[in-house]
Amino acid sequence: MDFNLTEDHQMLSDTLRRFLADNYDIETRGRAAYAAPYHAAEIWAGLAELGILGAFLTEDQGGFGGTAEDVRVIFEELGRGLCAEPVLGALMGLHLLSRAGRDDLAQAIIAGEGRIALAVYEPQVACDLKHIEARAQETADGWHLTGRKSAIYGAPGAQHLLIVAQTGQGLGLFLAAAPELIPAAMVDGGGVADLVMDDLPAECLSPDCADWIEAALDLGRVALCAEAVGAMDFLIDMTVDYLKQRKQFGRSIGSFQALQHRVVDMMVELEQCRSITISAAARFDGPDRGRQVSMAKNLIGRMGTRVAEEAIQLHGGIGMTWEYPGAHYAKRLIMIDHQLGDHNDHVLRLIASQPKAA
Amino acid sequence: MDLEFSPAEKAFRDEVRSFLSDHLPRQIADKVDAGKELTKEETLQWQAILHARGWAAPNWPVDYGGPGWDAVQRHIFAEECALHSAPRLPAFGLNMLGPVLLKFGTEDQRRAILPRILDGTDWWCQGYSEPGAGSDLASLKTRAIRDGGDYVVNGQKTWTTLGQHANKIFCLVRTSTEGKPQEGISFLLVDLDTPGVEMRPIRLIDGGHEVNEVFFTDARVPVENLVGEENQGWTIAKYLLTHERTNIAGVGFSARDLARFRKLSGQLRRDGRSIADNPVYAARAAEIEAELEALRITNLRMLANARDGAAEGAQSSLLKLKGTQIRQALQELYRSALGPHAAPEADDLSDNERVVPAESARAAPVYFNHRKLSIFGGSNEIQRNIVAKELFRG
Repeated sequence: MDFNLTEDHQMLSDTLRRFLADNYDIETRGRAAYAAPYHAAEIWAGLAELGILGAFLTEDQGGFGGTAEDVRVIFEELGRGLCAEPVLGALMGLHLLSRAGRDDLAQAIIAGEGRIALAVYEPQVACDLKHIEARAQETADGWHLTGRKSAIYGAPGAQHLLIVAQTGQGLGLFLAAAPELIPAAMVDGGGVADLVMDDLPAECLSPDCADWIEAALDLGRVALCAEAVGAMDFLIDMTVDYLKQRKQFGRSIGSFQALQHRVVDMMVELEQCRSITISAAARFDGPDRGRQVSMAKNLIGRMGTRVAEEAIQLHGGIGMTWEYPGAHYAKRLIMIDHQLGDHNDHVLRLIASQPKAA
Repeated sequence: MDLEFSPAEKAFRDEVRSFLSDHLPRQIADKVDAGKELTKEETLQWQAILHARGWAAPNWPVDYGGPGWDAVQRHIFAEECALHSAPRLPAFGLNMLGPVLLKFGTEDQRRAILPRILDGTDWWCQGYSEPGAGSDLASLKTRAIRDGGDYVVNGQKTWTTLGQHANKIFCLVRTSTEGKPQEGISFLLVDLDTPGVEMRPIRLIDGGHEVNEVFFTDARVPVENLVGEENQGWTIAKYLLTHERTNIAGVGFSARDLARFRKLSGQLRRDGRSIADNPVYAARAAEIEAELEALRITNLRMLANARDGAAEGAQSSLLKLKGTQIRQALQELYRSALGPHAAPEADDLSDNERVVPAESARAAPVYFNHRKLSIFGGSNEIQRNIVAKELFRG
């Protein structure tokens, strides 16, 4: 039993925290995250240079990490720094490129030469891959895709897109070069896109790889959970500081028990969220991956929302302003629940995996 | 990150498991499972079995008859006992007075008292709370006034758990009214057959007799029965509040209760389908399971901290808060799954008159009984105060 970070992970975590603290303040973020291409090129280059993307691949794949624990460590810091850069799409994309043996492209991406995103979900599909409708057809001049994709995180401006579609043999994975997208900013910052495909030519990486895709999504879920833990940790610290400083009725409002107890409850939930994320990352390569990940995503969806709402309430009016950084942390925490399946989707996944009682 | 116990710890867990499988009497475990009150004899029978193995006092050192386990072993033992539905041993002697004497008592007190706790000769109960001193324990008023070789004790204690089985009580008493209230409290051991000591039962919400009130009227207690220094009682009480809190998260109890719910839900049908297939119950159970899994890891994280020598304090408050919330949520789930069949008084029907599995007969009383969890041992509001004191310091 050992819950300490390894020396390498501690160093990675410290380095990333310092990089974001030095280069990515809330104004920088605000300028980059809401206008096309919804991220800051120099920050992306900086992250690549730090090796953040390389940490998503194993040494065999040309990286220096590749475990869910690497993902957890990195995303907790991205959450603490409220980083809206398209790292989630890159993480899932790199994972799938490696599975498909496309190490050349993966190498280019971890070097910061080009970005990749994953198009899996559809207007009527938000978690369960069984309902994917987009179709791929093989013709004399290669594969062509038809259908609609949505919630493609980090896609605006990406040169490469991985696309999931039915092949008749199963769920296939395809690679397309920068198709035309319908881009938008997310309400919590960062870019997202929809895609309409009508005979879109694409390269087939595998005609049947639902298990790869689910694993990539599960890794993305661990990333989101860790991001939420980092954001929650920071937001609770901000809330405690604010309650200590803010004076009403002639005293610091942090001296009121009614408010103190609410912060304690937030802190209890933070430690619970940290625990379940540690567990999901540590057991990622075991037989219980899906259940662990869904437990984490469910708990974090519910508690991240609770912590965010409480933080806004405890700050009073200031927590409602665009100018206050805490408001953006709260927004991110709530919107994390909307990505890669929300707490209800993951309860359903848990129920489906529950062994029948004897 | 390594979430697993070491090979030696796993071997220890296997040893505990096989001991429990071989030696825990089935009829006792069944009573625990069904939430029935155990007799004193049944509890002592289990204590004697553990004592024969040297495991009756998990947190005592070898010199005094304990197994000398570390924090991880104590945790494993407590969790396995809960999972196997072993009865809880009388905690006031084994888990509270024992460690107090080891830390604050004299060698004479240890040699005289500890063996009698270990072999079940003495059953201790606790005299802390008073009608006017609950969460504000330091305001307690039971007086002990020195008179020659005795203290003369007057006052009233309450919520005395299983006092009806006890022959001894350890009390916090006021020996001084000078200075801050905390500074005038002493820790005193009293024989319950001392003239002037009277115990009366309190009937609880579930109908059971679990707690009592104790009245002291000019009861004379020899001064050698003082533990530690006079007016050091508050230090001793605080020590117990932050130490000796193994298993405060109750993860083993919750794991057992979740398994009980799953089993029951597979056996119950309502309005055309199994409760196990009812999406509302299934969702609630899945959410509680996620919280329990998180708590299991939180507990291990804090255990690893304790093992590595970090201070406890607020961490045990956190475990108590979340642990009791989960345990209460599981009791609520189990009770509600029974629907109308939770209503009949358990004792009014025989097993073959019941339309639901017999082991669920006491679901509602047990649920009501478990409302105590967030009240006793420092109410959950007091636990929040303890955490808040650290958070808002400075």
